[in-house]
Amino acid sequence: MTEPEAVRLYRTVRLIRRFEERAIDLVRSGAIVGGIHPYLGQEGVAAGVCGALRADDIVAGTHRGHGHVLAKGADPARMLAELCGRANGLNRGRGGSMHAADFGVGVYGANAIVGASGAIITGAVWALRRRGGDQVGVSFFGDGAVNEGMLLEAFNLAALWRVPVIFVCEDNGYATTMPVDSAVAGTVAGRAEAFGIRSTLVDGQDPEAVRDATAAAVDRARASGAPELIEARTYRFDAHHTFEHAVRLDYRDPAEVTRGRSRDPVTIQGDRLPDEVRERVDTEIEDLLAGAVEFALAGPEPDPAGALDHLYASGLVARTGSH
Amino acid sequence: MPRLSYLKALNRALGDELARDDDVFLLGEDIRVGASNVTAGLFKRFGPDRVLDTPLSEQAFTSFATGAALAGMRPVIEFQIPSLLFLVFEQIVNHAHKFPLMTGGQCAAPVTYLVPGSGSRTGWAGQHSDHPYSLFAHVGITTVVPATPADAYGLLVSAIRHDDPVVVFAPAGALGVRADVDFAALAPVPLGVGAVRRAGTDVTVVAVGHLVHDALAVADDLAGTVSVEVFDPRTLYPFDWDGLAASVTRTGRLVVVDDSNRSCGIAGEIIATLAERGVPLAAPPARVTRPDGAVLPFAQALDRAVQPSREQLTAAIHHVTKDG
Repeated sequence: MTEPEAVRLYRTVRLIRRFEERAIDLVRSGAIVGGIHPYLGQEGVAAGVCGALRADDIVAGTHRGHGHVLAKGADPARMLAELCGRANGLNRGRGGSMHAADFGVGVYGANAIVGASGAIITGAVWALRRRGGDQVGVSFFGDGAVNEGMLLEAFNLAALWRVPVIFVCEDNGYATTMPVDSAVAGTVAGRAEAFGIRSTLVDGQDPEAVRDATAAAVDRARASGAPELIEARTYRFDAHHTFEHAVRLDYRDPAEVTRGRSRDPVTIQGDRLPDEVRERVDTEIEDLLAGAVEFALAGPEPDPAGALDHLYASGLVARTGSH
Repeated sequence: MPRLSYLKALNRALGDELARDDDVFLLGEDIRVGASNVTAGLFKRFGPDRVLDTPLSEQAFTSFATGAALAGMRPVIEFQIPSLLFLVFEQIVNHAHKFPLMTGGQCAAPVTYLVPGSGSRTGWAGQHSDHPYSLFAHVGITTVVPATPADAYGLLVSAIRHDDPVVVFAPAGALGVRADVDFAALAPVPLGVGAVRRAGTDVTVVAVGHLVHDALAVADDLAGTVSVEVFDPRTLYPFDWDGLAASVTRTGRLVVVDDSNRSCGIAGEIIATLAERGVPLAAPPARVTRPDGAVLPFAQALDRAVQPSREQLTAAIHHVTKDG
C-alpha cells in the first residue's frame, strides 16, 4: 500500500472518531436532540470499505451510519448540521442521525430499519447497470441483521440476478444487547454460502486489511456481476445509543470492553504513519471539525411552516392536521 | 365500437408504458407467463430485462423496486393477491413513501404497485379476499381504485408516470367489466379527480371501485322513485373533495358504499370531511361497508354476507331520503 493511501485511511478513521466524539458532546449539551448511535470503534470498516470504492459507487447503511456517510465523502459540516436538525444539513433537517443521506456522493441513506439496505441497494445497482454503468454497491448491516428475512431474500436476488453488491456485515458482537452467539445459528459466512455468495472474513479493526479485502471483492464483483459478502469482526467501544448510560444497561463484561478497546483502528492505522504526518492530519481534522461545529450551530432552524415539504416528490400538498 | 375488458385495459396500459419509456420495467411473481393475465404477452414482447419474473421474495423485490426507483427507474410490481400488501407494507410505507421527506427532497421513489383481483373472489376465503385500500390512503400513499376499463387504462398510465409511489387496486369485482371504448381515445386519467357517473338530484352515492357498477344498477332500479347521483372518486388519496362537495351540495344527501372495513375506513373519512366542510345535509349520512375487523368466510353465502350488497345500499338510500 502506498503511503498516500495509508494516510487517506488514517484521515478517514480519525475524522469519523473525532466527528463522533464531537457529536456526543453535542448530544450532552442538548444541541443534538434524540441522541445518536455512536460508531466509535468500528471506524476501520467504513474507512476500509469506502476506501476501495469509486466516487460513483453507491452505499447504504444502518442506524449506526455516520461512519459510512462520512467515509463515502459527505461534507462533515453539513452532516453535523443535519444531526443538529438545521436547515443547512444534508437532509435539510428532515432526516437526522439515522437517515443522513447524500445522493450526490452515492450515499443512499443511513437506514433505521435493520437489514433494509440490502434489497434497496441491490435494486439501485441493478438499475444503474441496466442504464449502462458499471457501478458496484455496498450494503452495510450489523450481525443482528443476518436474522432478518428481507436481507436473506436480498442475498438470493443479488446472486440470482448477478447484481454486484458487496454485503458488508459489521459484526460488533451485539444486536443492541443480544450477543451474537445467542442470536445467530450457524455463521454469518454460512448465510452467504447458502446462496452461492463468496465470503471473506476480515479484521475490522485493521483499516488496511478491510480496504484490501474490499478491493479484491469489488474487482471480482465489478467484473463478474456476482455479489460478495465481507464479514468484518469489529467492536463497538461505546453504548448502543447515547441514552444507554442513562438507563444503566449491564450486558457487557468490563474486561471484554477493555479488551475490545485495546484494538483501536485509529491507533492501528496511526501507528503506520510517521509522527509528523499523523500530527498534521490530526490538526487538519481538528480545524475541519471546529469549523463544522460552528457551521452546524450557526445553521438556521427549519421553518415549521415547511414541516411537510418534500413529503411528495410529485409536489402533492397534503391536507394539514387541523384548520 | 370495440369492446375493451378491464383486464385487457391494464395489460394495454403496461404495454404502452413499456414501449414509451425505457425506464419502466415490470416485476412480480409468474408475470412471465402472465398467470393473472394482466401481463400476458409482455415477456415475449419486451424480454427478461423489462419483465422480471421474481422468486417468492415479496419483501426483497419490493425494496429492490424502491432502490431501482431511487436510481431513476419506474418499476411496476404486480401482486397477485392483495394480502401480499400486508407482507410488504413495511417496504412501501417505511421506505418508498418516506425516502423523499427523510432525505430532504434528494430523491423520488416512483414505484407502482398493481393489485389485480383485490377484494373477494368468491371461494378464496380469509387470506386472499382483503381489499386494503383504506390502509394506504391512511398512510398517505396515492391510492387508486378504477371502476371502468377506460379508467383502468388511464389511471394505471398516470400512476406509472407519477413521481411518488402509487397503489392501483383493480377490484376482483371489476375485472370482468367490459365497455365500448374507442381505443384511440384511451388517455391518461388524472390522479385525484373524481367523476359523476350518473347525475341525480336527491342523494349522492359515493361508490368505490366495482361498487360503482352496483350503485349504477341500484340507481336504475330506483329511477322514478329516487333520483340518485353516483360519484366515483377514482382516486382515494388524494381525494377529489371539491368534486364531491359540489355533488353533495346539489343533492343534500350522502351515502357511501365502500368494500373495506368500517372502522377507520375511507367511508368514515368521506363523511367526516363533508361534515367538517359544513356541506348542508338534509338527513344524517349513511355508509355501507364490510363489518369492523371483517375476515371473509369461505362459504359463498357467508362471503357475500360481509360484503356491501345492493340490498344494503338500497336500504341506506331509502333511509337517508325517507324524510324528503
